[in-house]
Amino acid sequence: MTPGSTSETRAPARRSRAGALALRLTGRLAGGVFVLWAVATLTFFAIRLIPGDPAQAVLGGPGSQASEEALAAARAEYGLDQPILVQYLLQLGRLATGDFGSSYSLRTEVAPLLLSQLSGTLLLAGLSLAIAWLLALLVATWTTRGTRAAEWVGSGLEIVGAGLPHFWLATLVILVFSVGLGWLPPISTPGPLGLVLPVLTLAVPLAGFLGQVMRESLLDALDSPYALSARARGESETGVRLVHALRHAALPGISLSGWAFGYLISGAVVVETIFARPGLGRTLLNAVTLRDVPVVIGVVMIVALTYILVTVLTDLLGRIVDPTARA
Amino acid sequence: MSALEVEAVADRLATHRSAGPRHRFGFGEILAALFLLFVLVAAIAPALLSPTDPLAIDPGDAFSPPSLAQIFGTDESGRNIYSRVVHGAASSLVIGVSATVIGLGLGVLLGVVAGLGGRVVDFGVNRLLEVLFALPGLLLALFLIVVIGPGVVTTTLAVGISTAPGYARIIRAQLIAVRSSAYVEAATVQGRGRWWILRRHLLPNTLAPLLALGTLGVGQAIVWASALSFLGLGAVPPSPEWGAMLAAGRTYLSSAWWMSVFPGLFIVLTAVCATVLGRGVQRRTRQR
Repeated sequence: MTPGSTSETRAPARRSRAGALALRLTGRLAGGVFVLWAVATLTFFAIRLIPGDPAQAVLGGPGSQASEEALAAARAEYGLDQPILVQYLLQLGRLATGDFGSSYSLRTEVAPLLLSQLSGTLLLAGLSLAIAWLLALLVATWTTRGTRAAEWVGSGLEIVGAGLPHFWLATLVILVFSVGLGWLPPISTPGPLGLVLPVLTLAVPLAGFLGQVMRESLLDALDSPYALSARARGESETGVRLVHALRHAALPGISLSGWAFGYLISGAVVVETIFARPGLGRTLLNAVTLRDVPVVIGVVMIVALTYILVTVLTDLLGRIVDPTARA
Repeated sequence: MSALEVEAVADRLATHRSAGPRHRFGFGEILAALFLLFVLVAAIAPALLSPTDPLAIDPGDAFSPPSLAQIFGTDESGRNIYSRVVHGAASSLVIGVSATVIGLGLGVLLGVVAGLGGRVVDFGVNRLLEVLFALPGLLLALFLIVVIGPGVVTTTLAVGISTAPGYARIIRAQLIAVRSSAYVEAATVQGRGRWWILRRHLLPNTLAPLLALGTLGVGQAIVWASALSFLGLGAVPPSPEWGAMLAAGRTYLSSAWWMSVFPGLFIVLTAVCATVLGRGVQRRTRQR
């Protein structure tokens, strides 16, 4: 076989691989658009179940004692006098153009409000995800197939870590690092120092979950034929772990990233509230308490959109890391 | 809200590796069972474990740190925290168990319908699950609270409904695995009817992990429900619910740490023990 013929046979294979990837990406994105539409529909009709006049809610709830004219004006402005189907289509059109309406309680446009809160939450979630991965990798690679005691300590740390609820862990770290030692502020200040406790609170439980999964797949990988052949080639046990097994062990962790994202967003609601840190989570909780419907719908749509993007990205990333999925 | 799916992933990997038979209960499992027994007794007959009234106030004895007489200390009104934690077990446990029953019930329904209903139904249920998964964790629960209004019943419903998609996906996967197994194929070849196979093979083997899933789920549900109480959307402070107690203690964090630490400790221990015990059950049901 000449080198020329090899490259000829390889080229179409590569093209079809790119084609398959593009096809899959298109499929996933189409699915994502469907999910967004369904979420918008679901929220629209579920919100109708709230008792009371929506026009009244626009003007500040039943306590506002809005005049009949003001109510009529609000109905006309928000299209509330239209048939429900027309209202639904209007709402879809508005959401599609990124117009989430204005907040009942804050009297500002929802879209710019949420955009300004989004970056803080993404920073918090992103940092926590990175730290959680690091912690999980460290504990899993150090203690898996170590001594009996190391194994016991490692999996014990993971179970307890995963069992720690954010609200209690936050309380504990404030008690230890702010009240007790006085090292860090109990309220999240804008600087990097203010990020330490919130990130720690979010990262430790997530690391517990990721670590449990990684330990199992690491055990799998260490028993695999390729680990055996690497050992037979004379590679050190550390080398086998870091180069061969870890890549395998990271896979289930990567496929859990969509779940991890949701977990971090839920955690952000609690953590941002406790540490008085501005962000999407705290905005959502305030909106839920005040029944500020446009803000709630806005957060729901943004989180759903981000969740879809994260799952599509992790799907692609999984394909890159896992050679067997590339074909 | 599907930490259970993470468990499921870990469990699948462990099955795949097929660890050697372990029939004896481990030390950790016995400890976990003992603690859960304590919580159960506290929920059914709190007076047995704590004769003092959880609501009795004693302003002269407010903010007492833990001592031999009051091992968990007292709160801002001089109420005994140990007694409140013991008496709070009932509401936390009832909320957790009810939410799990709701979640598991809906999950089994959706999972079985998807697994048995043919391609079109399966497609529909899967899309529905995808939509629900796009509202991750607390988000679906918070949205339900906006619609129905806050309170203990809503919290329970919200936690139940938001855990359902996770259960549904596990049950569906299990059903499909059983359906394509060799023994079901053998029964089909033998000419057994659909109902016979369903009754004898599909349902028993699909529902076998329910006990383990439920045990794991109750721990998670208690954590989520107390998170909602902590955020002020579930049980409200005067009632001795663990999440609500923790929320009340937050105000006095710098002066009375025991008000926050002990109720939280019970939430964590319950969740961890349920996980340990649930896994033990999981291993045992798998072996059969």
